[in-house]
Amino acid sequence: MIDKSISIIGSYKTKKTVEKVAGYIFTACAFFTVLAVFSITLYMFISGTPAIFEVGLKDILFSSLWKPTASDPSYGILYVILTSLLGTTMAIIIGVPIGVLTAVFLAETAPKRLANIVRPAVELLAGIPSVIYGLLGILILCPFIYKIEMLVYKGSTTHQFTGGSNLISAVLVLAIMILPTVINISEAALKAVPGHFKHASLALGATKIQTIFKVIIPAAKSGIVTAIVLGVGRAIGEAMAISLVAGNSANLPLLFNSVRFLTTAVVSEMSYAADTHKRVLFTIGLVLFLFIMAINLILNRLMKGGAKDANS
Amino acid sequence: MRRTIKGIAALLLMLVFVIGTFTACAGNTNSTGESTDENTSTETPDTSTETPADDTADLSGTITMAGSTSMEKIANAAAESFMAKYPDVTVTAEFTGSGAGIEAVTAGTVDIGNSSRNLKDTETSAGVVENIVAIDGIAVVLDPANKVANLTKDQLVQIYTGAVSNWSAVGGADQPIVVIGREAGSGTRSAFEELLEVEDACKYSNEINSSGGVLAKVASTAGAIGYVSLDVVDSSVVTVSLDDVAPTEENIKAGSYLLSRPFIMATKGALTEQTELVQAFLNYMLSDEGQELVKTVGLITVK
Repeated sequence: MIDKSISIIGSYKTKKTVEKVAGYIFTACAFFTVLAVFSITLYMFISGTPAIFEVGLKDILFSSLWKPTASDPSYGILYVILTSLLGTTMAIIIGVPIGVLTAVFLAETAPKRLANIVRPAVELLAGIPSVIYGLLGILILCPFIYKIEMLVYKGSTTHQFTGGSNLISAVLVLAIMILPTVINISEAALKAVPGHFKHASLALGATKIQTIFKVIIPAAKSGIVTAIVLGVGRAIGEAMAISLVAGNSANLPLLFNSVRFLTTAVVSEMSYAADTHKRVLFTIGLVLFLFIMAINLILNRLMKGGAKDANS
Repeated sequence: MRRTIKGIAALLLMLVFVIGTFTACAGNTNSTGESTDENTSTETPDTSTETPADDTADLSGTITMAGSTSMEKIANAAAESFMAKYPDVTVTAEFTGSGAGIEAVTAGTVDIGNSSRNLKDTETSAGVVENIVAIDGIAVVLDPANKVANLTKDQLVQIYTGAVSNWSAVGGADQPIVVIGREAGSGTRSAFEELLEVEDACKYSNEINSSGGVLAKVASTAGAIGYVSLDVVDSSVVTVSLDDVAPTEENIKAGSYLLSRPFIMATKGALTEQTELVQAFLNYMLSDEGQELVKTVGLITVK
């Protein structure tokens, strides 16, 4: 009742004050977010750049030797960068087809009742904390992968056995972790395809499968690409789960090698690092930050492109 | 007019935010073990030992510690029993890692920096002084199915440098060795590598950033070998003797066991330059009472 009295018979002055105050609150909230982004960016650059001058950009980015605590330390993160790129790519290659096809299933072919079971399951997958993925990876995936590793490298004297903590385990965990993102966004994109596209295709005699692959998916292309880019963002920024299953040695990213990602490099050593070592970890953070910024820029471009497509 | 007001508001907000960020970083002391005044089983009320702290029984104030996660047990136990002895004193401890602890004491944000490794030259030259309060042993652990009970120092070195990659070469079953260690910068890792004289030469297949993680991975992986503090070893893994010396307290104290390291409570400047409170605390740690405490948490006394 009181609320109403303000908006209907409140004095001009009260109304104006309320309007003004509300305006300031909105501005403050907006500034808070912008400030957070701004200060994080600033902080990343301030704390990430000193090591570049100290060690040299080339010695950080293009050297493969990571020995931060050695008496003659070297801080090369080439393998770490390669691992992040390769691991993310492989996770996308495995995760995206499964995700997109699940989205097709949910949006097009699933019986309603089944879809109502699968959809909450996907949402639940999105809500599981990443450390749980990591623990399940250690307990279930790693022993299984170790058995395969022992078969593949039977009798090998040069291969260093990882006990199942290697690139392939990390990739599998990442592939599962990006599924919810890919599925949800692809499904929304598929559902946004106008119904007359589908009806026209079916009326022309195309089968359901032909319609899905020749009409609906191409029409939802920009949405699906957005889903993939967001999946890349999720995969490249994930730390907790893969720190448990990747093995964390800075090696060349081969399937059965123990590897270290950009995120896990920061996470695993930050607590005990000192001096230059710590500053280099911040530089790794900066590299990761730049990767994620690039992904976001691509995403923005794509979304704008998608909006144009829809308008034209 | 409105523009300028908005501008000022935004500036103020920014200021608050920035200041907030910095103070949040500097002053986060989550006090540990305050709820334990009544159940300090480790406390010995017997005051017959002549610690210098006894003359100042009316101590009050706060002591802050930060540092090594390996020292969590000893730091918490010390904080509890010291607070029980001097009810007006609050001791808080954070576990941020040896490097971070030394950094904090150098910056003066804490009174004591806990370190589970000897200080580096850059740290001592910044005026930090190490006070050794206990000695810790490092145990080499294997998965429970492994039948190897003893390794020589050379064998251990060969395993960790990658010269030997199958258990059959050191008297075990024919299965690959999965070499597990801690991450670079870890006190346990640097102690292990220094003691074995294999600094920077180790080829780890897994680098795990906690003792618990090492135990879990070793316990669940056939053919795994890892190292952890002696006091965290549990029944999920088996320990191995080094040069026929078992990793026991007696052996470490006697000096016959290969892998042991100091636990340091570092201060900025010498002990005598510290506040009465910090002096009392460190003297307490080195007193018979404090060393009794060291024993109860599975560490080895310095005397």
